[in-house]
This record gives sequence, C-alpha cells and structure tokens, in this order.
Amino acid sequence: MADVNRGNRPLSPHLSIYRPQITMITSIMHRITGVGMTLAAVLIVWWFLAASTGPEYFAVADAVLTSWFGALILIGSLWALSYHLCNGIRHLFWDVEQGLEMETARKTGYAVFVASVVLTILTLIVI
Amino acid sequence: MSYLTDRKRVTGLGSAKDGTGHFISQRVTAIALVPLTLLFVLPFGYNLGGGYDRVIEAYAHPVNAIVAILFIFTVFTHLRLGLQVVIEDYVRGHGRRTALLVANTLFCWLFGLTGVFAIAKIAL
Repeated sequence: MADVNRGNRPLSPHLSIYRPQITMITSIMHRITGVGMTLAAVLIVWWFLAASTGPEYFAVADAVLTSWFGALILIGSLWALSYHLCNGIRHLFWDVEQGLEMETARKTGYAVFVASVVLTILTLIVI
Repeated sequence: MSYLTDRKRVTGLGSAKDGTGHFISQRVTAIALVPLTLLFVLPFGYNLGGGYDRVIEAYAHPVNAIVAILFIFTVFTHLRLGLQVVIEDYVRGHGRRTALLVANTLFCWLFGLTGVFAIAKIAL
C-alpha cells in the first residue's frame, strides 16, 4: 500500500465543526442554486411545449406557472439564476487568474450576494 | 503493460477518461449563458401570464425564438455537465452512480430538445 500511515494522520476538517467562511458558503450555494434551478428549467420547457400544443393546454401550464406556488418557484429561481450568474462570472475571472487573493475573494463573495438581490429586484421591476 | 505511449495517454484522456473536454465545455457554455440569460429572462418574464396570443406572437418573432432556442439548448448542456459533477462527487457505489449519470444524460437531452422543438414549432 502506498500510504502506510493510516489512522495516525490529521483528519480533514469536518464540516460540522468548520467555522463558516464566505468563500465556502458561496461555493456550496453555487451548487445548490445550480441543482435547484433544474425544476424551473423543466417547468419552462413544459410551458413552451404547452404553448406549441394549443390554447387549452397552454392555459393549464400558464395557470400553474403563475399560481402562488409557481410564482414562488420562479421568483426563487430568478434569485438563484442571478446568484449563479454573478458567482459564475466570479469563477470565470478565477479561471484567468484574476481575483484569487484571499481578501479579494472574500470581498467579491459578499458582492455576489448583494448583486444577486439587486439583480432580482431590478428584473422584477422591469418585467 | 499498456500499449499506449505516455504521450498518447496524457493527450486527451486522463483518469477522468475525457481529458479537458468537460472543463472547457462547462466554461464555454457559461460564457455563452451570460448574455443569453439576460436576453431570455426579460421577454420570458414579460410574456409569462400575458395570455396565449401574446406569447405566440412574441415567440413567432425570430429574435425571441433564436434567443430562446440558444438559451434552452445551452442551459441543458451546462446543466448536464454540472449535474454530472455533482453526481460524481456525492453518489457512492459504481452501479448507482452509473445509473444516475445515464439518467442525467437522457433527462437533459430529452428536456433540452423538447424545449428547442416547442419553440421552433411556435416560431415556424
């Protein structure tokens, strides 16, 4: 076995005792928002399929998406989309080695949360 | 022993079996989705709940239809790659993981192409 020192090594920090940091929160939120938006993506495809089928079926899909429950999912997803978009741009800057300093990464982490809320509210005002 | 030369092994196929293809596709779709998201969300939000005739009229316009088709196709490509990584990271057991990876691929192509078809049918 390549690693004979089993059982006597320092363990990886367990998440439950790890002090939360903005960078780890933005990271896991990127995944949660990405996976969560799957539901909205399916609903939007269904809405388009209904529209292409005819007025009666469209009325059903449109009623579901504009109901209080549909609105809850779509407005939640609008925030998730805003967050994923802003944090995704942050990741793209990291890919070209920009903003990787700890202090910058922390600041942009907070900025992403603020920007996602502002973007969500702006979109709701415009539409 | 392997019949592949060292060079052959490192060009393209590492332990992930797909080299840097996944990484690059995820980034290219991400870049495409920055403008596409903004261009898709505004007309979609504006027309949602606006009634059948208005929706059909909006997506009969080539610009709205092309943006919506590009958005849906790119979203489901990006989603497939993203969900794949999440499954690979969190799902234990070869059988379960493989089954979910296959299901993810089929799910994303099904809904992605259904969306593309539906928008094209409205537009044409």
